[in-house]
Amino acid sequence: MAKKYDAGVKEYRETYWMPEYTPLDTDILACFKVTPQPGVPREEVAAAVAAESSTGTWTTVWTDLLTDLDHYKGRAYAIEDVPGDDTCFYAFVAYPIDLFEEGSVVNVMTSLVGNVFGFKALRALRLEDIRFPIAYVMTCNGPPQGIQVERDMLNKYGRPLLGCTIKPKLGLSAKNYGRACYEGLRGGLDFTKDDENVNSQPFMRWKHRFDFVMEAIQKAEAETGERKGHYLNVTAPTSDEMMKRAEYAKEIGAPIIMHDYITGGWSANTQLAQWCQDNGMLLHIHRAMHAVLDRNPHHGIHFRVLTKILRLSGGDHLHSGTVVGKLEGDRDATLGWIDIMRDSFVKEDRSRGIFFDQDWGSMPGVLPVASGGIHVWHMPALVNIFGDDSVLQFGGGTLGHPWGNAAGAAANRVAVEACVEARNQGRELEKEGKDILTNAAASSPELKAAMETWKEIKFEFDTVDKLDVSHK
Amino acid sequence: MSDMQDYKSSLANADSRKFETFSYLPSMDADQIRTQIEFIVSKGWNPSIEHTEPENASGSYWYMWKLPMFGETDVDAILAECEACHQAHPKNHVRLLGLDNYAQCAGASMVIYRGETV
Repeated sequence: MAKKYDAGVKEYRETYWMPEYTPLDTDILACFKVTPQPGVPREEVAAAVAAESSTGTWTTVWTDLLTDLDHYKGRAYAIEDVPGDDTCFYAFVAYPIDLFEEGSVVNVMTSLVGNVFGFKALRALRLEDIRFPIAYVMTCNGPPQGIQVERDMLNKYGRPLLGCTIKPKLGLSAKNYGRACYEGLRGGLDFTKDDENVNSQPFMRWKHRFDFVMEAIQKAEAETGERKGHYLNVTAPTSDEMMKRAEYAKEIGAPIIMHDYITGGWSANTQLAQWCQDNGMLLHIHRAMHAVLDRNPHHGIHFRVLTKILRLSGGDHLHSGTVVGKLEGDRDATLGWIDIMRDSFVKEDRSRGIFFDQDWGSMPGVLPVASGGIHVWHMPALVNIFGDDSVLQFGGGTLGHPWGNAAGAAANRVAVEACVEARNQGRELEKEGKDILTNAAASSPELKAAMETWKEIKFEFDTVDKLDVSHK
Repeated sequence: MSDMQDYKSSLANADSRKFETFSYLPSMDADQIRTQIEFIVSKGWNPSIEHTEPENASGSYWYMWKLPMFGETDVDAILAECEACHQAHPKNHVRLLGLDNYAQCAGASMVIYRGETV
């Protein structure tokens, strides 16, 4: 029977709280951690979140009756306690797939983390996880090449790839910068990398950098007989300019380019990823600004959500944290989002902070990049945690070697190969790491010197954002 | 702290030429080769043997030694084929691969007999 128009303010829960609802296989599901204002019932807050992130507004409007809102509305269908924290709760919301434009993480996120995050009835709100149905995944382009294609393009098998971010972050001339790349690559690295804030500043315009770096790659390849690359950062003020730099990178034969997907924007990122797929280019993704969104345990967007967005938008590498280095990252939570990057099916696993099953179908995987404050002594743990399908990236841990970049690179290359060889022999890397490295250093003076240099450095601070299960 | 050393690598020095995984370690002895074969078998990968003249090592396609050894799990049989390839092509690099047919990608690839680099 048709409904009648009844103006005024209704409680959200009358329309948007549906505990009896069974989510459809095609629904987009979200888990929010909600910290309500005191005195507001949980069901009402959960319903408000569902309403404000989908079809609702604060009052009834007559135009609601021109459509079938029961088809389009978001539904809050479950509420759960947060282990060890009484100030907040989890609200689960199901959104019909018809609410969203196909292939657009921009559109999905504009709904899910739009106005609702400023809503007054909430003290804080965090988007913990999203389940993208396979029907939606199939509308997205995803990673340009994927892990196996990258291995075939670069001829790297059965080990993690090795990289190095060039330092100082800013201020080098293009020629000096290319020197730093060349030294690292000839020493045995697979990649060197532009730092995220290297774009096209007055001290080093992008074109000069691209030209000198390409010469460095070509000489290092001729010298070592191995294939190499440098993540040429094409992040730019406009997407037209970004595309211009990407086209030039392709023209000079660079195998891989780089983009900052959060500061650069998801629209630009999706455009670039599709271009990379069409042009046979690899795409490295940096995540500057992520900690603004993902570090506060009560407000923002969890990194596992940002990971899913990147895999859908497109990228072949994504920075994941190291677990053991200088930057934040709980071990179990990191293992959770590494699975989200690489696997074709990820099971719900609350011990890793994963709230939903996620089916990626045939969408290629993304290589996690461990970068930030790591050196040779971390290598056994890194190989154990990340496995072969990863990029281990040592900046200071290469360039800070007392004999220079080439020796630093060789030290890391010997260390990673020694760890992989030992792992294949069935040895326990984290227990026997010291023996494995010491033995390898017997035939590598570069590794021996690196081990002497960094022996004492540790980063032992507690993580700020822990998994909720560990609060107890 | 050890005294600073020069990094000995150049276009003119053939020792600078590497050939990917494990080429920065000393060459493997018989026991080490055996444990790597055991690893490939334990992963359920298909062993495969390839070889090339060292001057052509940087290409994607080396010469296959017969066909990949589909389903072969006998470590001695695999070792014997590696040895036979090396005997037939003593100047070439010989590499052992573990082909992962699910990933459609080599899970392991390593040069087990080293030719003379150029």
